[in-house]
Order: sequence, then structure tokens, then C-alpha cells
Amino acid sequence: MNRFSAFIIKEFRHILRDRRTLLILFGMPMAQVLLFGFVLTNEIKNAAIAIVDPSKDAQSTALIQKLASSGYFRIEKNLEAASQLDPAFKEGKIKLAVVFPPDFARQLDHDGSAPIQLLGDASDPNTATTLINYASNIIQDFSTQRKAEAVLPYQIEVQTHMLYNPELKAVYSFVPGVMTLILMLISAMMTSITIAKEKELGTMEVLLASPLKPIQIILGKTTPYLVLSFINAIIVVLIGVFVFGMPIRGSILLLGLESALYMFVALSLGILISTRAATQQAALFMSALGLLMPTMLLSGFIFPRESMPYVLQALGNIIPATWFNQIIKGVMIKGAGIEVLWFQTCVLGVMAIVFVVLSMRNFKDRL
Amino acid sequence: MEEHVIFTDKLTKTFGPFTAVNQISFAVEAGEIFGFLGANGAGKTTALRMLSGLLKPTSGIAMVAGVDVMRHPEQVKRRIGYMSQKFSLYEDLTIRENIRFYGGIYGLSVQTIREKTKKLVDKLELGAHVDELVLRLPLGWRQKLALSVAMLHEPRIVFLDEPTSGVDPLTRRQFWDLIYEAAADGVTLMVTTHYMEEAEYCNRVSMMVDGKIEALDTPGQLKKTYHATSMDEVFRKLARG
Repeated sequence: MNRFSAFIIKEFRHILRDRRTLLILFGMPMAQVLLFGFVLTNEIKNAAIAIVDPSKDAQSTALIQKLASSGYFRIEKNLEAASQLDPAFKEGKIKLAVVFPPDFARQLDHDGSAPIQLLGDASDPNTATTLINYASNIIQDFSTQRKAEAVLPYQIEVQTHMLYNPELKAVYSFVPGVMTLILMLISAMMTSITIAKEKELGTMEVLLASPLKPIQIILGKTTPYLVLSFINAIIVVLIGVFVFGMPIRGSILLLGLESALYMFVALSLGILISTRAATQQAALFMSALGLLMPTMLLSGFIFPRESMPYVLQALGNIIPATWFNQIIKGVMIKGAGIEVLWFQTCVLGVMAIVFVVLSMRNFKDRL
Repeated sequence: MEEHVIFTDKLTKTFGPFTAVNQISFAVEAGEIFGFLGANGAGKTTALRMLSGLLKPTSGIAMVAGVDVMRHPEQVKRRIGYMSQKFSLYEDLTIRENIRFYGGIYGLSVQTIREKTKKLVDKLELGAHVDELVLRLPLGWRQKLALSVAMLHEPRIVFLDEPTSGVDPLTRRQFWDLIYEAAADGVTLMVTTHYMEEAEYCNRVSMMVDGKIEALDTPGQLKKTYHATSMDEVFRKLARG
């Protein structure tokens, strides 16, 4: 029997026999995409709001009508004074309040302008921002209509187009994000744990004393996980496309190749970790802390990199996920090709070479 | 040099400022059971690892089965069997799958592995358990299985690194029967242990203290030289210096 295939068969047996690992391998990616896709949506419908309208004139009534019919808001309370708002916010009954001045229509007619106060419950900043934006847009719209009726000499109209993702769907950023995370998780964490396991059980010593070359041992340990990662990547993309209607605007072949490159980087990182970790626990800890946290927090998957302090941005640059996230978004959402993404691809390529060289050196030294 | 199965001359291994094995020289003949005795950290495992091609010696000569360990560790690996102190079987695989794996990585054909599996299982009387996970096997059986698996590819030299650690005396005795059997077939066995009673089972014993071989002889001769009644006493006299 071929030495190498004997190794691969054994490795697949380990994986298939371990129910928990299987569940992590296949259950988690799917659960994550579905959860992120359904739960973390930025659209808000029928948010409860309060209106404080002491003026009760034709103009304010018309505007309230417009807000209520937008579909975004449901008028929960009509209050007499702004002082009544505080308890309503505290009870959590309303997320937003719209406060009119006592003589709204008169100010509009007289001065040509009138203030409206919007109060958002910023204990949940994302929701508050979104709701304030919705409300501002509606009010803006209302005022533009009025101005048109009044026939003013100048009028500037802003037209906004959200490119590539006009409906601002959150899945567009979460499917690539989850893929970045999952591939890193399986490729790096799983390989580092499985190699550390051999060391912990003492079987690594026997493998090294056998005629197998170190490179064969490493490839034997990693090949099955490479295959599984790839299957996982396909599942995540399929869920994105068929459940959430994500497009793949670029080349599928390019997407596959770039994913393979990224997995290779992650695998070599996993091997590097395993050369340092003597036990499975240590390997798990090192990859969770050293790979997963930075991948989630610094790659731009959840928090925009632009708003990070310089140091964290720089730190993000040395994380493979940062570059892969740009690549995968480029290919899937923008339809970008290699002529645009060559730089990111090169960075990943260089990382792959560095990690492979480092881990091969360490592997020989340490075992 | 050729006539010895294992031959070393001033074999040394240092880790930074620490000398783990200090200029050891000895020769082992075919069919011999050669024991490495010493306290933990005396250097016996390091010596064994150098001879089996796992560790590169710092200096000195080591020839195993006619191959220079320093220059061709890969060739040495092909000619030896190796069993580590943790028995090195995969618990989540069955007996049959373990045999198939180790046979596979030593390059045996599927046909050969099948024949060997049957022979081995019959010999160890494991027939009814061949498709059970190793996890369910008692420690003593696992240990015997591990030795048989290490000799699957019929090496002429087998290295055993504390093969009996954590096993009760009766099982240890049974394990040594297997070792004798192999030696009778002309296989050379090199064993490290810290159980002094086991030293009595070896043909020749080298006593290691702080990386050096302090004494090397048959157990009987060693007892005579040091006026001792047991190997334990010999060792205590040596360790005290």
C-alpha cells in the first residue's frame, strides 16, 4: 500500500469517527451563516415611536401621516409634552421620538423653516442610527415636496445610489465574513489541534521514527482538512446564494483559487502553531486567541477598519483574513477580477511562503 | 565495525549548555537484548532517539544496521522498529485499522498486511476483538499489540523506549516473553527502563548516570563486580558514585 494513502485513510477515519469534530466542522459554518444572515440585519420595520405634537396643525399632521405610512414606524404613543418621553424610553416602549414645536405650521409659513427634534434610544446605537436616518430621510422628503409647492428659485436635490448592494443587505458582508472566519477556523485550528494530538499521545514520535518524511506527515495531516474546508466553503457560498440571494458577480474559478490560496495560508499557520503547542489544549488556546479573535475583530468583517486606530489597522494588515475579505467581497459582490485584486493575492502568497518556511524549520527542530 | 549490529563511538548530544549524552561507546550483537538503565534524565531516551534517527547526534559515531545515523537517518528508520513509552496506538481506531496503518506507512502491500494481521491476531489471541476500538483494550494487551505492530515490517533491530511503564508486574513479565521470542529469532532489541528488576532480563546492561555509561556488563557480572545481590543495589552504588 502507498505510505501516503495509508496515512490519509487513517486521518479520515479519525475525523469521521469523532462526532463532535464533525459537528463543529459542518454544523457550525451553516449555523453561523444562517444566524448572521437572519439575525444581523440592518433593516428595521414597524419600530415603535412616540410623537409629541403640541401644534396639531395641517402641516404636522401631514408629516406624521407620512411617517406612519412609511412602513418603518408604528406610532405607539401620542404625547402632550416632551417631559413625558423619558419614562417611555426607560420602559423600552419606544425607540424614537419625533418632537414638533407648538407653532409648527406658522413657523413654516412665516420663516420658511421650522425645527423638528428627533430623539433616539442610543442604548442600542445601531438601531438608533438607522431609525434616525429613516426619519430624517422622510422629513427631508416632506420638506422638499413643500418647497416644490412654494416654487423657490434654487433647489438642490441629492440623489444617492448605493453601489453593488442597493438594498444594503447585511448578508452581503456576512457571507464573505463567515467564509473568511470558517476557513481560518477549520484550516488553522483543526490542523494545529490534530497535529498537537499526535504529539500528546506519543504517536508523533513513532511516525517520525518511521520511514515517512516530515513533509509526508504534514501533508497527510492537512490534506483531509483542506478537502473538508473546501467543501465547507462551497456550502457557505451556496447558502449565501440560494438562501440570501447573494450574487457571485465575478469568476467562480477565481473565487475557488483564491479560497484555496487562503486555506493554504491558514493551514501553514496551523502547522506553525502546532510546532509550538505541546498539547491539544495549548493548540486550541493559541489558535483561538491568536487567530480567531483577530480574524473576527480586526479583519474588517464586523468592525470597519477605517474607524480603527492606526495601530490596529496596521495589525490588521498582517492578518491573512483582512486581505482575503477584500478579495472575496471584490469577486462576489463587485465582480472584480485578478487585474484588480492582484495586490491582495500577492500579499497572501507571500504570507503562505513565509509561514511554510517557518513551520518547516520549526517542525524539524522541535520534534 | 561491520559485524556489530549497533556500534557507537563517543556518541554525544548536547542541548545548549546541557550535555544529555556524554561520549558513550558500546557495541551490540545480533539477537542481543541490550538494556539502558538509569534514572529519569540520565540520558537513556536521548541515546535511544539518536540511534533510531529521531535526533541528530552532536558528535561521535553511531552505526545502526551498518548505516551511519549521522549521515543517513532516513535509511536507519527503514531498518528499525520503534515503540514509544505511550504504546503509540490510535485509540479511536480498531486493532485491524491500527495494523493496516502501520503496515501501510512501512510500505507493506495490502496482501502482506492482511496475512500479517491474521498471524498477529492469532498469536496474541485477539481474534474476537480485531474490529474493536483499541480504547476498549486492557493496557497489557495494548502494549503487546504495540510491540507486535512495531515489528510488523520485520526489522532486525527494535528500539523500545520504556515499554513497560505503568504496567503491573505480571503483565510486564508476559511482555518480556514476547521480547525473548523476538530475540530468539535473531532480532536485536534495545530497551530503556527504570525498573531495576527488568535489568535482570537483559543480556547486557548499560548503567547511565548523568549522560555517561558508568558500567556495562551482563547483570550477573555487574552484581559480582559491585558486590551486590540485586541490580537495584548495583544501581544505588553507582548513582551514589
